[in-house]
Amino acid sequence: MSIEVRIPTILRPFTKDQKAVAASGASLTALITDLDSQFPGIGDRLLENGALRRFINIYVNDEDVRFLGGLDAQIKDGDSVTILPAVAGG
Amino acid sequence: MPLIISRAFVDAIVEQSRAEYPDECCGVILGPAGSGKASRLKPMINAAHSPTFYEFDPKDLLALYREVDDKDEEIVVIYHSHTETEAYPSRTDIAYAGEPGAHYVLVSSREEIAPAIEFRSYRIIDGVVTEEEVSITD
Repeated sequence: MSIEVRIPTILRPFTKDQKAVAASGASLTALITDLDSQFPGIGDRLLENGALRRFINIYVNDEDVRFLGGLDAQIKDGDSVTILPAVAGG
Repeated sequence: MPLIISRAFVDAIVEQSRAEYPDECCGVILGPAGSGKASRLKPMINAAHSPTFYEFDPKDLLALYREVDDKDEEIVVIYHSHTETEAYPSRTDIAYAGEPGAHYVLVSSREEIAPAIEFRSYRIIDGVVTEEEVSITD
């Protein structure tokens, strides 16, 4: 099972500057666990106290995972996952 | 690195900040990938519709990054307005800043601030704010 994960600039120091990496997992939680085992530390930049960080957006194909069950979002072979930092502030 | 920006873009951003007052306005300026040149202004919708917060809608955000990729561009500037405070990054701005390569431009739409000082630019990297010179071209 292989899922393409697109990595934003701010997290590329973890992926040796790769813009896209391959990972596996049937759910977003499993995918993040796999990413963190390949690129130690990246999981901590995506999760806080076991929940998705407020200022990180993750999409499965074109859909924001917040509308797909969050960390329980189901992922299948061939899906594309995109991680983007929120553009926001006060 | 100073921000080099056209007078037309500065005027358009200031105008947008006034039009959307009392809410904060926001947007980006794009340029060819790797050029660092602010060449294409793209106002965005503040999905928060708030005087104290701005946020690109997550769908708009994805569409923006796809567009940038498809056109081989980069985000050169991320701008937003402050409605009642000076044009300096707030703690929230610093916490959210996720584009180490972008110039973060702040404009204050407070009427009493003179136009000459209400348009400022910063780098925000790992929580550290560095103000940079703004060079306006005609």
